[in-house]
Amino acid sequence: MTMVNQKAIFVALFFLVLLAYPWLDGGSYGIDLVTKIMIYAIFALSLELLVGSTGLVCFGQAAFFGIGAYAAVLLSGEDGPASILWLLPASAGAAALYALAVGSLSLRTKGVYFIMVTLAFAQMAYFIVHDTPLGGGTDGIYLYFRPILGEWLVLDEPLVMYMFSLFCLVGTFGFLGVLLRSRFGRALAGIKENEQRMLGTGFVTYPYKLAAFTISGALAGLAGFLFAVKDGFVNPELLNWHLSGAALVMIILGGLGHLRGAITGAFAFMLLQEFFKSEAIFGEFARHWHLGLGLVIILAVAFLPSGLVGLPDVLRSRLAGSGVVPLKKLPEGGR
Amino acid sequence: MSNEILLRGQGITRRWGGLVAVNRVSIELSRNCLHAVIGTNGAGKSTLINLLSGEIPLSEGTVELLGNDVTTWSQPRRAMAGLGRSYQRNTIFPGFTVFENCRLAAQAKAQKGWNLWQPANRCPVSTHAAREAAHRAGLDKVLDRTAGLLSHGQKRQLEIAMCLATGPRVLLLDEPLAGMGAEETGRMLTLLDELRPDHAILLVEHDMDAVFRVADRITVMVNGTVIASGNPDEIRNSGEVREAYLGEGH
Repeated sequence: MTMVNQKAIFVALFFLVLLAYPWLDGGSYGIDLVTKIMIYAIFALSLELLVGSTGLVCFGQAAFFGIGAYAAVLLSGEDGPASILWLLPASAGAAALYALAVGSLSLRTKGVYFIMVTLAFAQMAYFIVHDTPLGGGTDGIYLYFRPILGEWLVLDEPLVMYMFSLFCLVGTFGFLGVLLRSRFGRALAGIKENEQRMLGTGFVTYPYKLAAFTISGALAGLAGFLFAVKDGFVNPELLNWHLSGAALVMIILGGLGHLRGAITGAFAFMLLQEFFKSEAIFGEFARHWHLGLGLVIILAVAFLPSGLVGLPDVLRSRLAGSGVVPLKKLPEGGR
Repeated sequence: MSNEILLRGQGITRRWGGLVAVNRVSIELSRNCLHAVIGTNGAGKSTLINLLSGEIPLSEGTVELLGNDVTTWSQPRRAMAGLGRSYQRNTIFPGFTVFENCRLAAQAKAQKGWNLWQPANRCPVSTHAAREAAHRAGLDKVLDRTAGLLSHGQKRQLEIAMCLATGPRVLLLDEPLAGMGAEETGRMLTLLDELRPDHAILLVEHDMDAVFRVADRITVMVNGTVIASGNPDEIRNSGEVREAYLGEGH
């Protein structure tokens, strides 16, 4: 069995477990938590497209997430539920539009300046919702009616919300998988690997990067939409740079350059956070959960430079007795 | 024997502040002609390639490619129009396989960025061109090897293969022989000979034996200026060149 097949089976099993989870656990707390994690996983995947697949370190991803969430609430009426069929594309579209505007300007910069410019644009969006009455200011706003699709998809029901989020996660994963295999995806990989050569070979790289940035914004907006619908409430903290940072930590923790790394990272990050926040385990100390989480992340990055997805390779080489850890996992699909 | 001019640079000048890196250089590249540019370090040879390929803009002068004035064209546009270049320092995609290096280069000619459903490695145009280019550069046996793990000589071959994969008419080669052993050099020179009939080639090179072996024309640069240009015999016998560059006893 080839490595690629093994990975595909692993991913399929993982999604099957998620599908079965509500019947394995069944508690409302667990279902709500896993729904939230799946939404963050979509968010992490959106950032992975930029950072891991194109080499663009965006530090303003929360803005697209927040705009998707706010659009979902602001565009829903107060007289009855809106249809998912238009509200979801509209929310993702609003985020994509902002991404298109931000990308068209920030992609003129490179490296650390790009990081700063994307952060600045995200902070701009943050303060617009924070300091204007548009989105209810610091208090945020409630969603009166969760959107529906006919009668059979009513997102008020936690289990339906769970399944819909899972559906969106699998869809996003599959979409990005196909996209990265395409010529467009390979061009992004080339830009990440060596943009100078891409230019010299005849690729005008700017439109490629802008398209990736916009698609990434749309996917982050989708995650934001789901988040707003799940919680029935939005506030400016959804656009906070903390969230952009958390998404970066997720994809680094999981392993850059791998779609499954983004999902693994989102689950690991969120579950670790739950663990360190648990008063049943840590008692009083649970208030200082940031400390424990931070230490684990530092250790993980120090000992697993290629992220959690590199763990099997590390174990394999340890078991083989060589003690040699592959320095840098090479990107998949090279051929 | 046709020798149409494919690339013509006239009065090419590049200044960095007060420093004139390339000073009113005019050069013509014809098909079936290997034109070598030699000169000491810092003579402006690589800068000349960067100017011709569009990586950096000209301060003055014009560049004409296949009869079009491309002075204001971007680097990718010039590349699409048939101008291929290799780099002095290896500029490959080290994490990709040899095949994917060539395939991605070839993809430039069939980009179709909107075609999201077809896997790139099933794109017939680029896979075919990649195989062809890798074959010409003698890389058939290492197609599946990760490019970053190739030997230095093979990386230099890959540089050329990636260049060829885009189907260029004009080749600007920046020290393709640098760091190569005798055997590898011989193989590369054979390849250049094979490419000569269909391409206009500009070769920047320090290996004088190689240059005098393959070049049809030689241009000598010193401090950004052309001090001599002619066939190898003329250059070898030019007193000025000897004094400025080749040194006595050559």
